[in-house]
Amino acid sequence: MRYLIFFSIGAGLWLLLTLTLRIDTLIAGAVVVILASIIFGGYFTGRPVKFLQPHRIIWFIIYIPFFIWYMLKANIDVAYRVLHPGRPIKPGIVKIRTTLKTDIAKVFLANSITLTPGTMTCDIDGEFLYIHWIWVQSEDITEASKIIAQPFEIFLRRIFE
Amino acid sequence: MISPLGWLIIWIGILFDILGTVGLIRFPDVYNRLQASTKCVTLGTFGIMIGIFLLKGFSPMGIKALICGAFLLLTSPVAAHALMRGSLHFGQKMWKGTVIDQYGVEKLGGAQIEKED
Amino acid sequence: MSLIFSILAIGGFMCLFRIYKGPSIADRAVGVDIMGVLFVGITALSALFYDLPYLMDLAIALALFSFIGTIALAKYLEKRSLDD
Repeated sequence: MRYLIFFSIGAGLWLLLTLTLRIDTLIAGAVVVILASIIFGGYFTGRPVKFLQPHRIIWFIIYIPFFIWYMLKANIDVAYRVLHPGRPIKPGIVKIRTTLKTDIAKVFLANSITLTPGTMTCDIDGEFLYIHWIWVQSEDITEASKIIAQPFEIFLRRIFE
Repeated sequence: MISPLGWLIIWIGILFDILGTVGLIRFPDVYNRLQASTKCVTLGTFGIMIGIFLLKGFSPMGIKALICGAFLLLTSPVAAHALMRGSLHFGQKMWKGTVIDQYGVEKLGGAQIEKED
Repeated sequence: MSLIFSILAIGGFMCLFRIYKGPSIADRAVGVDIMGVLFVGITALSALFYDLPYLMDLAIALALFSFIGTIALAKYLEKRSLDD
């Protein structure tokens, strides 16, 4: 089952990349995608049907503009810090706790934290994340978790769990 | 209507690109440089890709630009995360104005902060 | 058009300055990573300006190889610590 879904995603990507229906590109694509799904299909998610439920897809579509808005805010923040002559930075590494359970949700949380204002993931260890923060507002673990991870966890819990 | 919007997004992307590289020059240690330049350059290049998609529409070039932008958005934070972890384990010291280093205290045996001199 | 390329070239030179100057190997690795992402943007823009669609394929391949190269650099840094 998971090999079949991996194969259909790969074939769709190949068709988008080539955008032709000539027979030779189709044969080459089929060979490459079958090889790739034999080798890498085993690493794919165990329950692929879970991610096709409509409410997860709707929450994901809501998540995208939210995320892009946070990215724009992050960039204006960095631009302010770069162009300010006094270089207003107070960096540090703090530890936060996340309530997400599955691996894929943690990966998305780490990527979202990296691209949002002033924070960047260093390492994940079980339910703890180590965050490099360019302007440390709080060294306490619960308060830092509330500031950094709370806005994304609301969305990611509904999408992936 | 679409075309000026595409050019505007391309120009915003270029502006953020150049700000990110200025941050690469100005900030004091590896971690702050990585932080500033990864955010700005990722959004800048993503903006260039979105602008090309808006200018070209659903032609082969536009769709490839969209795929390339999505790919950058997925891989660039992972690369930055790997570099940061690598330089922490490498033993790179943090800037002397750093206030707290919980990772060094818990994982590497002592905070990795430069001494004040 | 030449204005856009000159601005991006200035960015590339700033990365080169960091690679030349950087006090440690980690700084140079950061410079290489950022320069890779910047060059993806330059390649995509030249595909737009000169109207050569195959340069967009080149941009996708460049993004892939830049990612793999950065991961390799990071693994190298992680295994090789400063005191040996």
